Amino acid sequence: MKYIKLIITFVLTIVVFYALNTKLGSVPPIGKFLDPAGGVWQNDSEEIIDGNVNIKGLSASVIIHYDEQLIPHIFAQNDLDLYKAQGYITAKHRLWQMEFQTHAAAGRISEIIGETALNYDRTSRRRGMGFGAEQMLEKMQEDPETIKFMEAYRDGVNSYIESLDVKNLPVEYKLLDYKPEAWTTKKTALLLMYMTKMLAGGDDDLEYTNILRKFGKERFDLLFPDFFDINDPIIPKETDWSYIDVEMTETPKGELPLDTIAQTIEKPNPDNGSNNWAVSGAKSTTGNPILANDPHLGLKLPSIWFVMQLSTPEYNVMGATLPGALGVISGFNNHISWGETNATRDVLDWYKIQFKDKTRTQYKYGDDWKNTTVRVEEIKIKGAVTVLDSVIYTHHGPVTYDHNFMSDNGKVGYAMKWIGHKGGNNQRPFLDLNKAKNYDDYVNAIKGYTAPAQNFVFASTEGDIAIWIQGLFPNKWEGQGKFLLDGSNPEHDWQSYIPQAYNAHTKNPERGFVSSANQHPVDEQYPFYVFNDGYETYRNRVINDLFNSKDKFSVDDFKALHNNNYNLKAAELLPYIYETMDLSSLTSEEKEIYNQIKSWDFNNDIEKLGPSIWSKWYSKLYNITWDEFESEDEALTSPYTYQTIYLMTTNPENEFMDIMDTPQKETAQDLFLLTFKETAKELIEWKAKNGNYNWQAYKGTHVGHLLQALPAFSRFDLPIGGDRNIVNATSADHGPSWRMIVEMSSPPKALGIYPGGQSGNPGSIYYDNFVDDWAIGKYHELNFMQNDTATDQIMATQTLTPSK
Amino acid sequence: MKNNIINFVVTIIIAVILSQFLPWWSVMVAGFVSALFFSLKRAAVFFVPFLAIFCFWAVYAFMVSSVNDFTLAKKIALLLPLGGNAYLLILVTGLVGGLAAGVAAVFGKQLGGLVR
Repeated sequence: MKYIKLIITFVLTIVVFYALNTKLGSVPPIGKFLDPAGGVWQNDSEEIIDGNVNIKGLSASVIIHYDEQLIPHIFAQNDLDLYKAQGYITAKHRLWQMEFQTHAAAGRISEIIGETALNYDRTSRRRGMGFGAEQMLEKMQEDPETIKFMEAYRDGVNSYIESLDVKNLPVEYKLLDYKPEAWTTKKTALLLMYMTKMLAGGDDDLEYTNILRKFGKERFDLLFPDFFDINDPIIPKETDWSYIDVEMTETPKGELPLDTIAQTIEKPNPDNGSNNWAVSGAKSTTGNPILANDPHLGLKLPSIWFVMQLSTPEYNVMGATLPGALGVISGFNNHISWGETNATRDVLDWYKIQFKDKTRTQYKYGDDWKNTTVRVEEIKIKGAVTVLDSVIYTHHGPVTYDHNFMSDNGKVGYAMKWIGHKGGNNQRPFLDLNKAKNYDDYVNAIKGYTAPAQNFVFASTEGDIAIWIQGLFPNKWEGQGKFLLDGSNPEHDWQSYIPQAYNAHTKNPERGFVSSANQHPVDEQYPFYVFNDGYETYRNRVINDLFNSKDKFSVDDFKALHNNNYNLKAAELLPYIYETMDLSSLTSEEKEIYNQIKSWDFNNDIEKLGPSIWSKWYSKLYNITWDEFESEDEALTSPYTYQTIYLMTTNPENEFMDIMDTPQKETAQDLFLLTFKETAKELIEWKAKNGNYNWQAYKGTHVGHLLQALPAFSRFDLPIGGDRNIVNATSADHGPSWRMIVEMSSPPKALGIYPGGQSGNPGSIYYDNFVDDWAIGKYHELNFMQNDTATDQIMATQTLTPSK
Repeated sequence: MKNNIINFVVTIIIAVILSQFLPWWSVMVAGFVSALFFSLKRAAVFFVPFLAIFCFWAVYAFMVSSVNDFTLAKKIALLLPLGGNAYLLILVTGLVGGLAAGVAAVFGKQLGGLVR
């Protein structure tokens, strides 16, 4: 009896131990997790930001002053110490995020969260993300100094990781029950790939191919023109291009393969974009140029940005950094300021690959066969066996789609040709920009930058303003890469690249300002082939109209423009609807809602009803207009908004206005009425359930935690207006991820804010303390320290000292 | 009764010391060891170490978190989900620690009986 009791209690003890020590489903290992001595309770505190810390390999002490916003101001004696300190300090506040984002880039999320991420990981692998990072690192070897800096950063991150014991791990590690691994230079390359995918990883070639086959060339060209009838490009239209004297690539004869593609990989959010602009001294109220930048990305916590000041005796720079990458990405120093918007160019194409046989060791190229290589991707999965995925590589790039992935033909595959695979030292340009003193330094800094192509806006204390559309762009023949290309035809390969000096740019244009908002970079006069790869058509016009509207601009004008909620899209369609829609069948309830929108001034402000009605109405209208593009058998994409509204207002009886499911033939006016009635019905239901549908409530802007938007670590219902295609581009979960305004006085005066906080720890008040001010359009002054003497605005100072 | 108090105190002391070196299951060791040496009767075998560790963990958690205004505790209490109530999270923390210690103590009592 004694023994039975002993055994039973022993087993019970083991079971309780196991149950409390193991992650079960999404429940963390509850004993380990709730242990006040080592678990999550230990994260309920602020970081220690004073005292001394010994760091291996520093050559001299590094001083870090923290201001009241928890922005670190790093003062080092040389570059190596500086980047080591940047790595250490970034990891101190953002370690989990740094590792998670690079795991995402590498296709290693399944390792952390299990099988649910397998498809995501396979897609990353088949995109060749790891391959691209390796190519990038190889290219970087050509510049040993970049590698040395990246190694210093790596050592800094690892000094922090080594200083951690279990109880200090960031809370997400405890939640998911895993530990950080050592940082590597490859992880920095992976982060740059993460950005390249986010900003230059989209295309619609395969969808366009399906549309071309289904609807024919004439209708394709109507729906997807290379240029819209309005175009307010980044580089002013009057620019003279006659200095460009290289030959354009000739369009080859022969057919494009019109294959049917059923399914394509997930694309980056089409709203990833940004605004930037600068006015010259002559156009500025103070006589100093003023520059602004606001990159529009997914709204996440911890934020993609981390603000820092980096300083050595040689230079002094401040602005937004990307955790995982070196230097400041969007910022200013004592001489210049700069910022980026996405250049959105077609740098991703697809090639049809015809294999010789089912072994797929060779594929047709010209009159010959070319050998393939295989990259075996090993995807580890938490709680399941490792999955191996063999990805075939051609000279074009990885065969993303084959009979193992989203396709079914054993002898045909589709290979991705992507600038992200080419390799490029895209770390160096930012380090050089950080030190740049004038326009020439800026041009030299960005010259070697390849991807993701950006519109680099520039302003200097010397009084210059400029914008360069910088990236490595294939010099394409007309039409190349709009549709699926023939991988066996050498003429379909990218033949050459546009020489860097011929990248479109403008310096001190007559109009006194430069700006970009992801619109078409140029007009038809630019000699190289640039087709409409999803260019924005609204924000740019609002911005440029404003700058053309008066002579002088102040920092306050810049703030107002960042927060400008004018909905040009609605303003271009609604008046036409009011004029042509037949109201006779509206009920009194519908009539009320109609009057609400009719009295709207087209500003997407938080208290207004109009934007909510418009938002629902337009999305219904858009979907029903393009019902021809709904298909389960082939991947399709519907036309851009601008062309949609253009067609509705200029050709309301176009065949596309017809609803395919009904016997009668609809016009645009029928669609207006039909979708308005549905909108009214749903809004009434929404109101019954949620209360008044003012824009703030209806839009429900939120900033979600990086890990599946865990509600406990996210912020909801923020009082911010705007929407996509509006200068204040804040939609429900996407928008201005960093807002910066810099006046080029000496020293420069800067404002900056982002929807997050400096700390990555949800237990810190600095985790989300910028969110509320960001939402109401406020800015924080950036304390650009001119020397390492602490002022009364410094709340703590930490010294990193070389350890013996 | 005296034994109960001794066991209660000893369990806490062992747990506090071990928590400096060992992971969370040090509370199981504490419950186990004190049961080996300070044998209790019937329900007390479980409930005395349970109560000891319940108090230890709940008070410890409260001390750590209250300094920081329960900033994270409230969020974790949303996540688990406990309605965002930090006190409820402290209660659960105490219960979990107590359960682990109590069960280990019952095993310790059985093993102690065998040796004795």
